[in-house]
Amino acid sequence: MSDDKPEMVELTDVQKKAQRRRSIAIGIVLAAFVIIVYVGSWAKMGASILDRPM
Amino acid sequence: MSLVDNIENEAVRVSEALPEDYFALLKPRVMSLVVFTAFVGMMLAPGSINPLIACIAILAIAVGGGASGALNMWYDADIDAVMTRTRKRPIPAGRIARGEALAFGLILSVFAVLTLGTLTNWVAGGLLAFTIFFYAVIYTMWLKRSTPQNIVIGGAAGAFPPMIGWAAVTGGISLESVILFLIIFLWTPPHFWALALFKLRDYDMANVPMLPNVAGERHTKLQIVVYSVVLTAIAVAPWPLGFAGPAYGFTAVLLGANFLRHAVNVWRMPDGDATMIPAKKLFGFSLVYLAALFTVMLAEALVSMVMAW
Repeated sequence: MSDDKPEMVELTDVQKKAQRRRSIAIGIVLAAFVIIVYVGSWAKMGASILDRPM
Repeated sequence: MSLVDNIENEAVRVSEALPEDYFALLKPRVMSLVVFTAFVGMMLAPGSINPLIACIAILAIAVGGGASGALNMWYDADIDAVMTRTRKRPIPAGRIARGEALAFGLILSVFAVLTLGTLTNWVAGGLLAFTIFFYAVIYTMWLKRSTPQNIVIGGAAGAFPPMIGWAAVTGGISLESVILFLIIFLWTPPHFWALALFKLRDYDMANVPMLPNVAGERHTKLQIVVYSVVLTAIAVAPWPLGFAGPAYGFTAVLLGANFLRHAVNVWRMPDGDATMIPAKKLFGFSLVYLAALFTVMLAEALVSMVMAW
């Protein structure tokens, strides 16, 4: 039986740390974007955001 | 692409790029000028804008400006690697792959334009899209490597932000916003040619046809004086046109005279002067000049806003 183990890339500590910091930054930016769209929509539409036919 | 690059060559490259490397792609120093001038354009514009929308609009303009910087670094990586001023940028330093910078720039451009257009109006959004296109395609891909007038025409990209800020409030373009555009547009050539004079060898090594290494030092110095005369005259215009007050007029005249003095000193500088002190002084003063003009315009707008309450 042949050994089918795929070749894995072993990350160094520096690479792992960089990857983690990039992931955190992406998370923060995405969360900020969601908040911006939410807040921006309220500010743009104001009270009329609630004024819609039921 | 983000983690592993060049797999087909079996040269596995795992990225060690940090968030600050991506931030550096946005050219934060240029971005600060973009933010500031766009904010001034917004404050000077007649009409009102919701403060939250204004903050988001400024952020979108900043990100759009930054995205164009990332696209510039993607395309110019070969030049940046040669020049001392730029060789530590993330791509030539090997921290970010070119493809990553391209994707980063394109994604941010789309989000910035859509956000600005949706939350303010599509004149502002369209102007931001045009600015990014102008800087990335017209300036970076076309003019920069083909004509010594690169900085003259390309300077328009850096001059659009106050116009975008103005459009975000008014939904249009007017003489006042065109004057704000012209101030930065006419400021760019003497500013960059002063830099090019003392970084002549850098541009030469990178084969970038800047005016000093194509037309010579003497011609560049003359052009610096000519542009400085036109700039300092136009910079006073907001006062007689009524969208800036006497404090601005006084500042524009005083600093304009100083700008001209520095430009004339550059013109009188002997050819081949290795120290290039007058050129360095003009370069430094030009930054102060532009910042001061827009700061005084902003201060006057804020004072009149407070007085109106």
